[in-house]
Amino acid sequence: MSGPQFRLPAHVPMGRRIDREAPLAFTFNGETFTGYAGDTLASALLAYGAFPLARSFKYHRPRGIWSAGAEEPNALVQLEAGGYSQPNLRATQVELYSGLTAASVNAWPSVDFDMMRANDWLSPIFPAGFYYKTFMGGGFGAGRWWKLFEPFIRRAAGFGKAPAVPDPDRYERMNAHCDVLVVGGGPAGLSAASIAASRGCRVILADEQAEPGGDMLAGDRVVDGAPALDWVAATLDKLDAAGDVTVLRRTTVAGLYDDNFATAAESVGDRFGPGAPAHLPRLRLWRIRARQIVLAAGAHERPYAFPNNDTPGVMLGNAVRHYAGRYAVVPGRRVLLGTNNDSAYRTARMLADAGIPVTVADARETPPASLAMEAEHAGVTVESGFAISAVLGDRRVRGAKISRILPDGETSGAPRLVETDLVGVSGGWNPALHLASHRRAKPVWNESQACFVPDGLSALGVRAAGAVTGAESLADCLEQGYAAGRDAARAAGRTKRSRKPALKADDSAGPAPIQPLWAVTSRRPGGRKGKSFVDLQNDVTVKDVALAARENYRSVEHLKRYTTLGMGTDQGKTANVTGLALMGMETGRTPGAVGTTTFRPPYTPIPFGALAGRDRGALFDPVRETPMFDWHAANGAVFEDVGQWKRPFAYRRGGESLEAAIDREVRAVRDGVGVMDASTLGKIDLKGPDVATLLNRIYTNDWSKLRVGRARYGLMCHEDGMIFDDGVTARLGDEHYVMTTTTGNAATVQAWLEMWLQTEWPELRVFATSVTEAYATATVAGPEARALVSRLDSDIDWSDEAFPHMAAVTGSVMGVPARVFRVSFSGEASWEINVPAHRGLALWQALIDGGATPYGTEAMHVLRAEKGFIIVGQETDGTVTPFDVGMGWAVSKRKDFIGKRSYNRPDTARPDRKHLVGLLPLDRKVVLPEGGQIVTDPAQEPPVTMLGHVTSSYRSPSLNGGFALALLKNGRNRMGDTVHILKLDGGADPARVVEPVFYDKDGGRLHG
Amino acid sequence: MLLIHCPYCGPRDETEFSYGGEADIARPLEPEALSDAEWADYVFLRTNAKGRFKEQWVHTHGCGRWFTMVRDTVTHEHGETGVFGGFEPDAVG
Repeated sequence: MSGPQFRLPAHVPMGRRIDREAPLAFTFNGETFTGYAGDTLASALLAYGAFPLARSFKYHRPRGIWSAGAEEPNALVQLEAGGYSQPNLRATQVELYSGLTAASVNAWPSVDFDMMRANDWLSPIFPAGFYYKTFMGGGFGAGRWWKLFEPFIRRAAGFGKAPAVPDPDRYERMNAHCDVLVVGGGPAGLSAASIAASRGCRVILADEQAEPGGDMLAGDRVVDGAPALDWVAATLDKLDAAGDVTVLRRTTVAGLYDDNFATAAESVGDRFGPGAPAHLPRLRLWRIRARQIVLAAGAHERPYAFPNNDTPGVMLGNAVRHYAGRYAVVPGRRVLLGTNNDSAYRTARMLADAGIPVTVADARETPPASLAMEAEHAGVTVESGFAISAVLGDRRVRGAKISRILPDGETSGAPRLVETDLVGVSGGWNPALHLASHRRAKPVWNESQACFVPDGLSALGVRAAGAVTGAESLADCLEQGYAAGRDAARAAGRTKRSRKPALKADDSAGPAPIQPLWAVTSRRPGGRKGKSFVDLQNDVTVKDVALAARENYRSVEHLKRYTTLGMGTDQGKTANVTGLALMGMETGRTPGAVGTTTFRPPYTPIPFGALAGRDRGALFDPVRETPMFDWHAANGAVFEDVGQWKRPFAYRRGGESLEAAIDREVRAVRDGVGVMDASTLGKIDLKGPDVATLLNRIYTNDWSKLRVGRARYGLMCHEDGMIFDDGVTARLGDEHYVMTTTTGNAATVQAWLEMWLQTEWPELRVFATSVTEAYATATVAGPEARALVSRLDSDIDWSDEAFPHMAAVTGSVMGVPARVFRVSFSGEASWEINVPAHRGLALWQALIDGGATPYGTEAMHVLRAEKGFIIVGQETDGTVTPFDVGMGWAVSKRKDFIGKRSYNRPDTARPDRKHLVGLLPLDRKVVLPEGGQIVTDPAQEPPVTMLGHVTSSYRSPSLNGGFALALLKNGRNRMGDTVHILKLDGGADPARVVEPVFYDKDGGRLHG
Repeated sequence: MLLIHCPYCGPRDETEFSYGGEADIARPLEPEALSDAEWADYVFLRTNAKGRFKEQWVHTHGCGRWFTMVRDTVTHEHGETGVFGGFEPDAVG
């Protein structure tokens, strides 16, 4: 590169938004450049010329910078490398910082030598819908073709790369409330924020740029006889001084949701690059609830299409103005501006003032006389009734042709050659309706202004102001902003009065009408050569839209999906309206009749990091630890996650394997005494005179006769009759019960009880209170358990007579009140001792010191499976009734309860449903795979008849081999049969169907 | 995200609430007297209204109370809330 030769010299009165005293070096595609503080990456690059810096998506044509803002389709860059890297950023929105490093995202293998350019020359075989037709279509072998070509196509079409290492940055989330949220800091937004603030509103003004000002930042506007930027500065000073106003710079409102909830992404440390001060988050995600919203999001200029309109050096007309006025960059020596509206004249005037030769091709036969005269006076050549009909040059604009344009877009007569190396094109303005669309407000077509404008917003608490309404003059924008701010303040309930500021803009005369122009085309045979692009990011041409119309993809939704128009990172901000207007021309409809697709959040892409905020790593989800956690961790526990809980899976001693540890723990419980931390079980205190009634309705079994001091096991079902939780409930007093639930369902069961109590049975006097974390629970089990608990410092009589199976006793254990339940999930004599949580560790230590072997959840699983005890969520999956698992004994026939009626439904009452059975592998060394499908004939050709699946499977030291529980179709009538369990890697294991109780079938051990 | 007016706590973000489906689905007093079809209607079938719909919500991450709310399933406009009878907050000493 030969230096920033396209930066205007310092004496030209433009570019006041850059600081020429603060040069910044940066690297792009491996080359070193210099820009200034205040530049964007795009403006700094354009100072070196409008060179190609990307390749297009499909045809890999060279592309340059197209816009000066969020609408940029071409100049997508990968910023920085490693974990800091971000893909697909718009160079037009990346603020320059010292040492910035960026690269093009789509230029395989490079911007300068691009072998994919063959796609351009082969383009007759790559029309719209090519991928669908070739790879996805119904033709023979289409899927195979896709498989073969997919990696190639993906690489050829790829945008940026996701970072391969974790993101080292910090992101924040902020919640805010306000009376009025103003979206956009242009003239309308500033005007609205100002009046709303003066009327006592709490105001948040969010503007996506480094400094508010919007269109005025180009520096050529005048308010009250002074530069408009003076008014901007004064307004910002006033807002900053106001008490309850927050001005968010570099903040993009990304989405609007119901009841005026908005999300906005604020760039904080991002603009300093990887060297940002450590205390700054990279981005901050704002979640704003506003009483009223003023939508002053502005408008995007749209181009009209002409052959080779994608050549680097062609850009939007207002982008030329912004680069010149704001950054003192004009990437050309002679400028051609094509327009069909007034906006190009401001640009022409500014360039002429900088001494740059300008030609304006105005499609209108009679441009406004005052504008044309003023322009010609400044030395601008105005060609009325002409439009750009071609661009010459390949990698850079080398000239252009203009032709006389007829109202239907046809050209007439011989084209005229224009010497130029920078082309600015304006086909009108598209209000930025994205946020209105998020609120499902359908836009309407304004025929006279040839644009879609928002409609139906005020009922949603949103007021549009400025260019987003189609307003074109600065005067209108200021006035609309004032009105919207005033009305929003009133609607937000703020009644403080303030005077209307008397502002005079430089254009109160208002603009002359636009003459709609979408594409300069010739339909004559052998017509114009070269592609005319509608959507630059997706390489959709005027011909593609016509093809879609011919193939009857006429609905705007079909047009989008068939041609990819409006997809990608820019979501067609400069392309959509042109595309659907052309579809309208092809099909004889107005753009309004064609309609628009629905914009969805976000307005511009937001990094996942910003959405995740601090909710990552250790903070992603809470971790719940029991009072005994530290002991477990210090004593070899291998933890497993059960919901948010960390539960010991097993305790490894020395170099012991996990399997050996589990075997040892199981043996300890069967032969001696083990202790398990059961603190995670859900515990719900139930108090009130109607608890028994509630239990009778919630549980399948009968609770009317449960005496104080006794406990009972119960099953809970939904109304469809399917099991959803189980557990033991004990009666501690006349009106006091405590219910235990499975670890994972504690909150669900609590909510279930509350729902019934509040919505269906409000007459029941019951309080349900979660006490899960108030108690620590140690389960002491095994033939020596009684001997151990008897040695505890306690006033409880532990004898079988005083404390039989299923008794619930309150007393003192180690000096604190304890609730002790004699219940067993292992088949051994077993006590569940509940003490206040702060004494949990002491109790645990005393039991360990007394000789108990700690056992984890896996040993617990083996022990309970040997007894055929189910685990809800393992043996059941929401399709299993109590009868299916052989627990009909727990279903009352006398009373009604939730789910009962469903047992008479024909399908639920079938005798050959899937039943819980035991499986013993014929090969005793085999442990069947959990989830393994059960068949009778492993050699059966597909479709194979599936009979059920293995629900639990373990190795048992007591049985000296593998055993399993399974749900098997008609299983209770298959006892003794041999079935086969399919393995993931092929083959099958044979197993015998047995009763699902493998150990101590008569239950004698329960009594110790 | 809706701004839901909990009748007990006032306006709160939707994320504090859980949805409870259609309101006024009364549990039959004598389920055994119902035909299979009538029972299935109670257990499985809901109105699925397009437009105004009375539904029940619970302020899960708030007061924990259930209430009813009318919501338009097309526009998301929502308004009248109602409380369930019985155990009123005032009655709790």
